[in-house]
Amino acid sequence: MSTVTLKNVWKEYGRDVVLENIDLHVDSGEFVTIVGASGCGKSTFLRMLLGQESPTRGEMQLDGRPMPDEPGPDRGVVFQKYSVFPHLTALGNVLVAEELGHTRFTGRLFGRHRREARERARKMLASVGLEQAANKYPSELSGGMQQRLAIAQALMKDPKILLLDEPFGALDPGIRQDMHELVRELWQRQGLTIFMVTHDLKEAFELGSRLLVFDKVRHDPQAPGAYGANITYDIPLSHATPHPSVYRAVGQRLGLDADVVTHSSTAEEEG
Amino acid sequence: MKRLINQAPAAPWRLALGLLPFVLVLLVYLSASANRLAENPDDPLLPSIAAMADTFADVATEPNRRTGELTLWVDTSASLIRLGLGVGIAMAIGLVVGVLTGLIPYANRTFSPFVSVLSMIPPLAVLPILFIALGVGEVAKIALIVFGIAPFIMRDIQQRVEELPRELLVKAQTLGANTWQIILRLVLPQVMPRLLDATRLALGSAWLFLIASEAIAATEGLGYRIFLVRRYLDMELILPYVMWITLLAFLADVILRLIVRVVFPWYRARRS
Repeated sequence: MSTVTLKNVWKEYGRDVVLENIDLHVDSGEFVTIVGASGCGKSTFLRMLLGQESPTRGEMQLDGRPMPDEPGPDRGVVFQKYSVFPHLTALGNVLVAEELGHTRFTGRLFGRHRREARERARKMLASVGLEQAANKYPSELSGGMQQRLAIAQALMKDPKILLLDEPFGALDPGIRQDMHELVRELWQRQGLTIFMVTHDLKEAFELGSRLLVFDKVRHDPQAPGAYGANITYDIPLSHATPHPSVYRAVGQRLGLDADVVTHSSTAEEEG
Repeated sequence: MKRLINQAPAAPWRLALGLLPFVLVLLVYLSASANRLAENPDDPLLPSIAAMADTFADVATEPNRRTGELTLWVDTSASLIRLGLGVGIAMAIGLVVGVLTGLIPYANRTFSPFVSVLSMIPPLAVLPILFIALGVGEVAKIALIVFGIAPFIMRDIQQRVEELPRELLVKAQTLGANTWQIILRLVLPQVMPRLLDATRLALGSAWLFLIASEAIAATEGLGYRIFLVRRYLDMELILPYVMWITLLAFLADVILRLIVRVVFPWYRARRS
C-alpha cells in the first residue's frame, strides 16, 4: 500500500507563487496523469513528490508518514532525457540499481550475489523487451529503447510510486504507442502507483486512471506571480472513452489548439 | 562559387595540405643552412641535417667520456620520471579536489575561492620558494609541475562535475545510492575520460615547468642538457633535443587519446 496525501501545500519562489493550496489524496494503484499549460507548476509538483524540492507550506505524506525531503529508493523516476547512465551498458544500468542498495562502500556486488543480481537484471530487461540490447551502451540505443531502459532501471528498486516526467515527449508517435502499452501493462501487472506529467492530452486521457489539470484560477495582470496554480480538474477515468465535451472543456482550459482537440475527440468517437 | 566555409579539400589534398607547412619550414631551413655553411663551414647556428643526426646518434649510443653513461637516455629517463610523477600527483589531487568541490556544496564553499586564488599565482614565481623550501633536488622540480597544473585540473574537473545533468544525480538517489556510491559509481566513471582530456591540455604546461626547473638546477635531464650546451652555441645538439622533446610530448598526447578511446568507448559517442 502506498498512498500519497498533500495537505494545504504551497510552493513559492521568493514572491512568486507557483502552487497554491493543493489538497490531494491518491490511493495505491492509481495512475495519475497530470496536464497543464507550460509554467503552471506541474513539473514543480513532480519535483516535490520526488523530494528534489520541498513545499514552502503544507504537508506531504507518503503512506501517512512525512515525505522524505530528498530523493530516495521509495520513489522511482523516469525523465524525458538523461534518465540512464551513459557510461554503463543496458545490463549495467539495470544491475547498478540492484548493486547500489546492497553494498555500502564498494557499490558493487561480487560472486554469487552478483550472478543472482545479473539474473534479476536480465529478467527485468526482458520484461521491457530489451534482452537483445543487454550489452549496448545507451548511445547505441534509440530514444524509445533508452526510455524502456530507464523504466526497467527505475522498477528494479520496487518503488512505492513511479514518477514520469514527460517520459515520451521526445519520441515518435509510433514508438510512443508501444511505450503506452508497456507502461499500461507494467502498471496493471505490478500494481504500481504512477504519476505522469505530459503535454499530450490524448495520452493523459488514454493512459491514466485519474487526470489532474493544473491551472491558475486567479490572475493579477499587474503581478503575474501573485497567484499560483491549483488543481482545477480532477477527473476519474474509467477506461471507457471520455465524453467529447469533457475532452473539449479541458482542452480549452489549457488553451490547446481547437483542431487538435476536435481531431482527437473525433478519433475517440470513432474508436 | 560556394562560400569559403562550405568548401572542404578532397581526400588526397587533406594529407598534402597538412604536410605543406612542415615541408616549407624544412625547405627554408635547408636553404638558409646551406647558405651559411657555404660561407663558413664551421658556422654553429644552422647546422646541416647530417651533422645533427651524427650528434644525436652520438649522445644516444656512445657512452659519455666523463660519466660513461648514454647521455640521451639518462636525460630522457630523468625528465620522464619527473614529468610522470608531477603529472600523476597533479591528476590525483585535481581529481579528488575537483570531484569534492564540484559535488558537495560544503566543500565547494570552503575550497573553491582558495583554489581560484591559488591558480592565479604564476607558478614560475613560486619556483625560488620551492627551491629554498624543498632544496634543489627532485622534490622541488616535481612540486613545481604539481603546483603549475593541479589548479587547472581541479577547476576543470569541478566544472565537469557541475555540468553533469541534475537528472542523473537524482536518478542515482532514487536507486538508493549514498553520497559515496554516487561518487564511485556515477561521478568518477563519468569524469575519468574528462580527467585524461584535462591532463592532455595541461601536458604542455607541465613540460614548460619541467624544463624551466631543470634549466635552473639539475645534473641531468632534457631541459638541463639544452641549457647546458647553450653556452657553447651547440645547435647540433639543441635542435635534435627539441625535436626529441616534441616527439615525446606528441606520443604522450597520442597515448592519452588512445586510452580514452579504448577504456571509455561510451565517451565519444555521447558527445557527438
